[in-house]
Amino acid sequence: MPIYSKEIIKHFKNPQNVGEIKNPSGVGEAGNIYCGDIMKLYLKIEKNKKGEEIIKDAKFKTMGCPVAVANTSLLTTMIKGKKLKDILKIKKADLIKKLGQPLPPSKIHCSVLAADALKEAIYDYYLKNKIEISKELEKEHQRIIKTKEELEERYKGFQTFEKKILA
Amino acid sequence: MFKKKIYPAPYSKIKNNSDKNTKKRCGVYLDYASTTPTDERVIKAMAPYFKEKFGNTMSLHGFGQEAKEALEKSREGVANLMGAKASEVIFTSSATESNNLALKGIALARRSPCLAGAPAKRVGGGGHVIISSIEHACVMESAKWLENQGFEITRLKVDQYGLVNPDDVRKAIKKETILVSIIHANNEIGTIQPIREIGEVIRKKSEILNLKSKIYFHTDAAQSFGKIPIDVNKMNIDLLTASSHKMYGPKGAACLFIREGTKIEPLLHGGGHEFGLRSSTVNVPAIVGFAEACRICQREMNNEAKRLTKLRDKLIKRVLENIKGAHLNGHPEKRLLNNVNFSFDFIEGESLVIQLDLHGIAASTGSACSSATLEPSHVLLAIGLKSQEAHGSLRLSLGRWTKEKDIDYVLEVLPKVVKKLREISPFK
Repeated sequence: MPIYSKEIIKHFKNPQNVGEIKNPSGVGEAGNIYCGDIMKLYLKIEKNKKGEEIIKDAKFKTMGCPVAVANTSLLTTMIKGKKLKDILKIKKADLIKKLGQPLPPSKIHCSVLAADALKEAIYDYYLKNKIEISKELEKEHQRIIKTKEELEERYKGFQTFEKKILA
Repeated sequence: MFKKKIYPAPYSKIKNNSDKNTKKRCGVYLDYASTTPTDERVIKAMAPYFKEKFGNTMSLHGFGQEAKEALEKSREGVANLMGAKASEVIFTSSATESNNLALKGIALARRSPCLAGAPAKRVGGGGHVIISSIEHACVMESAKWLENQGFEITRLKVDQYGLVNPDDVRKAIKKETILVSIIHANNEIGTIQPIREIGEVIRKKSEILNLKSKIYFHTDAAQSFGKIPIDVNKMNIDLLTASSHKMYGPKGAACLFIREGTKIEPLLHGGGHEFGLRSSTVNVPAIVGFAEACRICQREMNNEAKRLTKLRDKLIKRVLENIKGAHLNGHPEKRLLNNVNFSFDFIEGESLVIQLDLHGIAASTGSACSSATLEPSHVLLAIGLKSQEAHGSLRLSLGRWTKEKDIDYVLEVLPKVVKKLREISPFK
């Protein structure tokens, strides 16, 4: 079985919603330059007539492997035009499932980055608009920050590894 | 289209892609450093040894003797290409096995008496082994294993081009040193080490130190053997690893040259095949193929070297001219004639490889997004690349069926693909 499903290749070949949004309602960043995957997700959120928050537009930029690119592209197509409260319910497992096949363990981290970037973008939106942040989202935000720190920590270890082999 | 792509390298085809009016080539294989297709002439030479001449080399009857004769003839064929005696070459199953045997076999034969049979795991108590920091994983890992067994390992740094300084080897040698192992041509960046000079330095330093037993010099020539001239005597080599499937022979055959008189312990014990150094029923068809591949390389080396060097240099020159933010990794001149390795700013290598694959070009990368550790190639880091640069690396390796039109096709596709990936990258 190839590492990449048809769905991944489809999105990777023609990634949807690539770009940036001027004056975004929220921006989320996930990943780490050191492990080779980093992405930025931009959201434009507006209220409809009923006063519900709608994702008017979503755009992204990713430097990363095909799974990371495909996943962010897939995510943007899933959230555009949807209600914010529904989007908060999207789980990482849903994304992985939509990509069409069980990913090898080493690829899981690439595939969850998109979901993390989305959470961060929503967090950013809430923060900017002084909207109360749910406990759940706060917890997720803390986890994402922690993962980032861990990766940086790992990279530090990695630098010592570099020094060791260069010593 | 992604499912069943085969690369019929010797029979490269052009087919029209119906949905876009661009010419799409199926099978521009530029990953010869990872493995090569088996030459038709090699397959022909191997064929009888599957069915008619299937004997076991250890059997006394005609079938066995026929196989034995083929084995010894093959040994000569391989030894010839490196200027060795046939009795100095043993066959193994892979370059990994040969490298494991060289490092562990020498270390076990030469470990200091305090360690032999003694439980003490004193650091460095076993003896001292020197390697470079850009060895293939099988040497790196074997050295690490030896380190855990109580041997002291020195990993020599390399310069920005990946070159080991022979003077660093001289400085690293001490009276406990038993083995130096330096890769001949690096598998990722293609840098060719000054093997003859390093061998000379080792010999001189052991004379100065007035050592009772010799410091052995091993080189992993899996990438260079068959491509550039190698003479184990002129180059002061005591042990040399070569592999069949990197030079248009079949997989499953490799060899280790072991200079006469070298003390080495086997890793596989059993029926005493290969002068007692590698017990296992001999893989005659693969070895016959390996030898035939050697003979072909010997005959065609000069012309092939000229042809590939020209193609390689064209590829390097044009890519550096036409793509901004492209950097050549490895040495500009002291480089294997079929190796090209670039880093591209702001993009990730795996995505680049898959994009090229979608255009029918097979290449490889030092990025390691899919590896368990997420760490990029140790070779690229050792030559001073930052990890993000190493993640954006691309290796293109040329071979016997690479044509100028293939290079032109890459030169047409690569800039487009790099541009596309940069458009989706958050960096500028």
